[in-house]
Formats: sequence, C-alpha cells, structure tokens
Amino acid sequence: MSLLATRRQQQTGAGKGKNGRKRNKPEDFRSPGEVAADKRKSHMGYWLILPGFIFMLLFFVLPVFSLLATSLYTKPPGADIGQFAPALQFSNYAVVLQDYWAELIRSFGFALIATVAALLIGYPMAYLVAVRLRHRNLLRGILLVLIIAPFFTSFILRTQAWKQILADESLVVSALQAVALLPEDGRLTATAFAVVCGLTYNFLPFMTLPIYASLERLDTRLLEASSDLYSNAFTTFRRVTLPLSMPGVMAGTLLTFIPASGDYINAALLGNNQDTTMIGQVIDSRFFRVVDYPGASALSFILMLAILALVTLYVRRFGTKELI
Amino acid sequence: MKQAIGRWVIPVLGGLAFVFLLVPVAYVFAYSFNDGGRANLTWQGFTLDNWGNPCGAPAVCESLANSLQISAVATVFATILGTAIAIGLVRYRFKFNATANMLIFLPLATPEVVLGASLLAQFLNVGADLGIGTIILAHTMFCISFVVVTVKARVASLDSRMEEAAADLYASPVQAFWRITFPLLLPGIVAAALLSFAISFDDFIITNFNSGNVETFPKFIYVAATRGIPAQANVIGSAVFLIALVIVIAVQILSARRAKMLAAR
Repeated sequence: MSLLATRRQQQTGAGKGKNGRKRNKPEDFRSPGEVAADKRKSHMGYWLILPGFIFMLLFFVLPVFSLLATSLYTKPPGADIGQFAPALQFSNYAVVLQDYWAELIRSFGFALIATVAALLIGYPMAYLVAVRLRHRNLLRGILLVLIIAPFFTSFILRTQAWKQILADESLVVSALQAVALLPEDGRLTATAFAVVCGLTYNFLPFMTLPIYASLERLDTRLLEASSDLYSNAFTTFRRVTLPLSMPGVMAGTLLTFIPASGDYINAALLGNNQDTTMIGQVIDSRFFRVVDYPGASALSFILMLAILALVTLYVRRFGTKELI
Repeated sequence: MKQAIGRWVIPVLGGLAFVFLLVPVAYVFAYSFNDGGRANLTWQGFTLDNWGNPCGAPAVCESLANSLQISAVATVFATILGTAIAIGLVRYRFKFNATANMLIFLPLATPEVVLGASLLAQFLNVGADLGIGTIILAHTMFCISFVVVTVKARVASLDSRMEEAAADLYASPVQAFWRITFPLLLPGIVAAALLSFAISFDDFIITNFNSGNVETFPKFIYVAATRGIPAQANVIGSAVFLIALVIVIAVQILSARRAKMLAAR
C-alpha cells in the first residue's frame, strides 16, 4: 500500500522545491506515517484550489461558452425584443464583421498608437526611478507611489479631466494655437487625438510598473562595462539596457494594448460619434440599445479571438519565457 | 557640453512624464472646489460648499454606498478564494498545473468588454436577475486573478524551513499554518486585498454589463458625464484619493517597521 501511494505521488509529482526533494528519497527512509501524511498533504492541495477553481469555471469559462452559444442564436420571426432562439446561425459573424470591421480595425490602431506612446513616455520614467534614483530610497519610494497614484482617483473622473484640459478654450489649445501648431479654428476635444491621448494616459502605469520591475534588477556594472568598452550611451542602451529590460517591455505592452483595445470610456467621453467609435462602444450599444444579443456576442468573440491571435504572434516574435 | 545634455535627457523626460501623469489628478482636485453648480465643466470660482456637503447632488452618496458594499464583499470572497489557490498552486503540484495557471492568467489577458459581455450572456441564458448579486459575482471573478498573482509571489518567497522547524517542535499542521505561514503571508494578502478593493471600486465596464438598474459610483459618473458631472463627485473622488494615499503610505511604513523588527530578532 505504501509503495503504491509513493509511486502515485511520484507520478503526479506531488510537492516541489524543498518538499519535493524529501519525497524523491528512496522510500525506505520514510515511515508509513510520513507517507500517509504526504498523501494527506497532496489532498490538502486539491481542497485549497478547488473552491476557487469551481468559481472560475462557473463565472469565467462557462460564460465564454455562453457567449459563443449566444453569438449563434437566431431571432425567430415575430419574436419580442430580446427574445432569441438557440441555433447555429454562423451568418451573425459575417453580418457584424461587414458592419463593424472599421471600428474593429480602428480599435486596434488606436490601441497600438497608445501602446507605443505609453512605451516612449513610460520607459524614461521607469529608468529614472529604477536606475538613476537607485540609491535615493526616499525619493524613489515617493515617485513609485506617484506612479500608481492616478489609480486612487476614479478612471472616469480622470478621463473627464482630459476633456477639460483639451477643451476649446483651455490653456493647452490656446498655447498650441499661439505657436501655430494648431489652426485657429482647430480643436482637440472630440478628435481621434484626444481619444488616443486618453488611452495613453489611462494605461501608462501598466506600462511603467513592469518596466520598472525589470530595470530595478539591472546590474549597473554592466553599463559601466559597456562604456569601458567604448560604446556610447546609445549603443549601451540598445545592446545592454534594452535587451535586459525586454521582459518588462513585453509585459507592459501587453498590459497596455489588451485593455486599451477593448476600452470604450475614452472613446465615449473624449471622442465624437463618427470617426472615433471603438469596438467596445459598438458591443455596449448592440447589447443595451439595439438589444441584439447575438450580434453583440459575436463581436465580443471576434475581439477576443483577434486579441489572442495578435498576442500570440507578438509573444512568438519578441517573447521571452518569463512572461507570467 | 554634449555629455551634460545626455545626463539631463532622462530626468527631463521622466519629469515631464510625471507631470503628464499627475495633471489630470490635480484637475479632479481643483474642480472639487469649483463653484460650478451642476455642470462643473469650466472654472467659476472657489468654494468650500461641495466639501461641506458631499452628498448634496442627487444619488451621489447612494451610488457610493452601493460601490463600497460591492467592493467589500467581492474583496473578501476574492481574497479568501485567491489566497487558497495561490498557496495550493505554489506548495502542491498537480497534473494540470499549466492549465490551472492558464485559467488564472486568461482573465487578465481578456479585455473587460469581453469579460462583461460573456458574463451578461451567461446571466441572460440562465435568467438571473441583474443587480448587486451579479455585480459581486463578476467582481469576485476578476479580482481572484489579481489576488492569486499577488499572493503567489509572496508564497514563493516564503522559506519553507520555518514550517519544518515548527513541525519539528511538534506543531500540528494547522498550528504551523496559523502561527507561522499565515503571519508571514499577511503582507502579501493585505496588498492583494487592497488591490482587489481598488480595482473593484473603480470598475466601470464589467459593472455596466452586469448591474441592471443598480448604480455604482463609476456608473453614476459615466451617466452624469453627458449632462455634466456634479462637483460632489470630484469631492468623493478626491477624498478616496487621499484615503488611499494614507493607507498606502501607512502600509509601507508598517511593513518597513515589521521587516526591521523581524531582522532584529
């Protein structure tokens, strides 16, 4: 019995790290009591994760299948608003793609520009705090709190603040008009620029924090070594700093791009209703205004698949293993 | 000369980035003192009335109460379930370890619209009434992932020799857990709970899909944004900001002091 139990544990590889080493010992070193205790422990593991996983199955996995099923529903002739019948109507996908391909591509375009902008703004910020201020503990702590500080105020209130900053009579607009960067009758509010600006702003901490985390571990002696070998600052950055911070850049770009492409608060508050509509707004209005559940579900499913495909391609191309 | 420029590029760019990050927060603050009445879009003059009467605008405080209630319950659920998963995943090995990690990671890699829409499809299919209950379920779901990620890091850095020492001193596994493991994990659990609360409190998109007629604070602001957000919303937003700032600083100081104490022993 004890032999059987041990073999089963070795197969399942129960325990790891320091406990694992103990378990891989030849079994005659362990008393039957210890074996039983180990077995109890691995049961304990299942009891620990089971409640949470049942919850995730019920409220994450099952809903995704529900979404898929709903996306194939059909509206029977003469049905009330919001009444749909289960079916396999794949044409729902063709219909919404034909109607909303522009919004879909625009969402990914806006998210891409916002991600690049956040990278260009967030990288120097993370470098300043993680490398330049490495030995100034107090200042570094304060700046780290400031990076996450925007999260403490409401997302929507901050987005609304951008509406005020970019309003027609605001300081920014008058200044840009004064130096002729913006025509006299030009405006920033209700433009694609405002939407991308809002997206960049709102997801900037998601970009900065992972980059900070990988730059914090950067060994600055490597930078000295590089300059000792006559490389200039730019070469050092390109050949040493950037490659070593790549895991942070990967995580940051994903954490910015994914939520940005599905976001619709920025487009709704900072955009106009014609050429800045993003896919999230369409999904929301098809659910609640048009009451077209199958169409909205199909669009959500397309968005999810498109993001999964893009992310997989991106990780394959640039990825490192230590992503999660 | 060229070198001097090089030295200042990073501080200047980084400093500008901080300005970019914080100016909107300053705006939220400033407009909480605006005498703008209902619209609060342009500066009308300084007043303390809004701070004196934060519930002055209709439905602001009702929505705030709903939000606080939802976030508190969802945080408790998510913290308990997520902490158990984190301990289980790090300390025990399962056949489906990779799948389990994927199941935790996927909600983080899915846009909120999709999470919200799929839950709504689910609730519509089973005919559930949308309300506070469905919001809590939705929030618990996405908070679990954040809790697992946060607590997992803490469990992984835990020295298991401490527990072995406790066992050697005849502590039962339950005693060892509550007297040794749990206190060591506590900072990670507290951080995870604060994170869930903050994320749940500020969530709009998933809530909007699953809330039915229930107003939460973010939903109230979003709906009000078309007509003009009352200054009271800015007051509450600013107050929440100050409270969160105090909590974060207090946690930092406490954990620094605790680390010093543990090191001294």
